[in-house]
Amino acid sequence: MSVVLVDAGGTNIGSVRYALQRLGADAALTSDAAAIRAADKVILPGVGAAGPGMARLRELGLVELMRSLTQPVLGVCLGMQLLCAHSEEGDTECLGLIPAKVRRFAEHPGLRVPHMGWNGLSVQHEHPLLAGLDEGEQAYFVHSYAVPVGEWTLATAEHGEAFSAMVARGNFHGMQFHPERSAAVGAKLLKNFLEL
Amino acid sequence: MLSRRIIPCLDVRDGQVVKGVRFRDHVAMGGIVDLALRYRDEGADELVFYDITASPEGRSVDRGWVEKVARVIDIPFCVAGGIRSVDEARAVLHAGADKVSVNSPALERPELVDELAAAFGVQCVVVGVDSLRDADGEWRVRQYTGDPSKTRALPRRTLDWVIEAQRRGAGEIVLNCMGSDGVRRGYDLAQLEVVRAVCQVPLIASGGAGTPEHFRDAFAEADVDGALAASVFHSGVIAIPALKHYLQAQGVQVRISLLRMD
Repeated sequence: MSVVLVDAGGTNIGSVRYALQRLGADAALTSDAAAIRAADKVILPGVGAAGPGMARLRELGLVELMRSLTQPVLGVCLGMQLLCAHSEEGDTECLGLIPAKVRRFAEHPGLRVPHMGWNGLSVQHEHPLLAGLDEGEQAYFVHSYAVPVGEWTLATAEHGEAFSAMVARGNFHGMQFHPERSAAVGAKLLKNFLEL
Repeated sequence: MLSRRIIPCLDVRDGQVVKGVRFRDHVAMGGIVDLALRYRDEGADELVFYDITASPEGRSVDRGWVEKVARVIDIPFCVAGGIRSVDEARAVLHAGADKVSVNSPALERPELVDELAAAFGVQCVVVGVDSLRDADGEWRVRQYTGDPSKTRALPRRTLDWVIEAQRRGAGEIVLNCMGSDGVRRGYDLAQLEVVRAVCQVPLIASGGAGTPEHFRDAFAEADVDGALAASVFHSGVIAIPALKHYLQAQGVQVRISLLRMD
């Protein structure tokens, strides 16, 4: 099985790659359209801001390619947000594969933004990506913008309000948290993705 | 709901984890990767590595071990020690660290915090603050605390610096209360509460943990997001699984995972 990591310029790419290696998958880091199209699994990682993330995909000529993929695709953190229709961050048009609008966490007294740390996952829909995940298991999040809850939501987490921790629509999937930094829970969920 | 984080701190010197009392007299505790793995297995929520000699010696953190740690560790970790430029921070982040923490170099040149936040986002930027109460009752920051002969007391008030650091782009503050560090009599709750009141980003308590009650007090009374400790974990005085069960029983939200990979 071939797995590729789309090189969209984030800094967590090394960590995601090591996590896949620990699961026995050697993922190539690439921005080559043919290599991405030919892969069995495609992962779009990313740390940073939505605007530069989309600009980089556009520069690399990967926007239409990402939209046309039919194999299982996983967006991680910013990568998940880029799968959505639009992000409030820099008023950015995104890939439009999940019909959601990414919003900044509302300011509340005592609510710390960025949302940084371990938070519980609450399963909303049965999905093979969630196999073996018990209610209340936690994952590691670092983000200031979030995807609202909708029909695309597989699992929620709560920070002031409920938001999408995991999403899926067709062959496109997303994890808002960092599976590569979420200990056994993250490894299990990445393994589930590799087995889709 | 966010869990409160338990964060072992590994002070690194010459490729080994060391621990001193009140930032002095360091003794070797073990290898970096071995200790990192041990804490991951015990349920640490995050790790912090401080290259304690980097800043006073005017050099950047040695990065060979950062990549070694990143390959084996699947919890977040932060690297600190003499990072004084965007390029040095980028090298550490690309080696696999999740965050960089800046302390003395940010005091030398506060614009460093702005530059790091602009380059990587505030979520990657931790500002470590070494703070001590002066004779006049005011908390002020200390610089170059890794080497007692080079440590300097600055006129800058701790509260002013915490506010400025956030304004410049700190995504998290680690408050090292030097007066309570290494003596295991509890975190400096009075100072933490005052800093908490002006800190809108995650605040991590550091210095003084000796018993599970000290952790509970830091979370329940000072409302810190994470508690950092070194010697109580390295020496085995406090085991992380037992600590987390205690905190859970005390009503503190913590992460206790039952999942094991087959």
